Amino acid sequence: MNLTSISLEFYLALSAIIFVIGAAGVITRRNAIIIFMCIEMMLNAVNLTLVAFSAYLGDSAGQMFVFFVMAVAAAEAAVGLAIVLALFRSRQTVYVDEVNLMKW
Amino acid sequence: MNIQIIAFFVLGLLAVATGILLVTRRNPVSAAVSLIMHFFALAGLYLTLQAQFIAAVQILVYAGAIMVLVVFVIMLLNLGKEDALKERFNPRTALAIALSSALALEVLLAFLSTPTGFNEIAPSAEKIGSPAEIGNVLFSGYIFPFEAISLLLLAAVLGTIILAKRKIED
Repeated sequence: MNLTSISLEFYLALSAIIFVIGAAGVITRRNAIIIFMCIEMMLNAVNLTLVAFSAYLGDSAGQMFVFFVMAVAAAEAAVGLAIVLALFRSRQTVYVDEVNLMKW
Repeated sequence: MNIQIIAFFVLGLLAVATGILLVTRRNPVSAAVSLIMHFFALAGLYLTLQAQFIAAVQILVYAGAIMVLVVFVIMLLNLGKEDALKERFNPRTALAIALSSALALEVLLAFLSTPTGFNEIAPSAEKIGSPAEIGNVLFSGYIFPFEAISLLLLAAVLGTIILAKRKIED
């Protein structure tokens, strides 16, 4: 392996690792806000893949996709945190395993 | 060793380390701070890929706007440390480790099983990442999704206000 320039696989592997760390966080954590932050991290891992492909293929479509993903993530952040606030107001908890009203 | 390689490994390690910190910290505020550092590391990685505009937007939108919102909600709810689960060895952690390592194997296999053959950044990448070129493409080929996003943001603003306001006493 010559290290004069870095190949696309390094970026893909890095974003896969970050995505999996985020997925593990979503499964293990109880705090809704931290689960929410882990989802943001997974979105960012996908963004990194898109930007890497865009740069290596010389195509601007990937960066457009990242732009739209960021807009959707901003909307999701606002609505998600409002849901957490509403949940805390009615149940006095943000731990997802204590919110089991719809569980049977 | 050129600057891109050094920057990639330093920022990549920082991104993975802050990601692990986010998942393991009990205190939500320190988790949020490590996520902010993670976003800065990713902005640096975008810069190594010549995506200047995306890097700037990453810092403005994620490290700025979204994280301010998250920290604000953490302060508003006055959350303490997350208490540990009762059992010493809980099945959820074991399941999470098993599932996420299976996922890691799967994704890495899908990405790395065949070489992509792209060993260098395309020469046109520097032009593609500039704000002028992004604007050009966004307002010509992607004008409909751009308008659709404005509708989505409007719906999100209305939904947030409805969800977050207190019930009006009737």
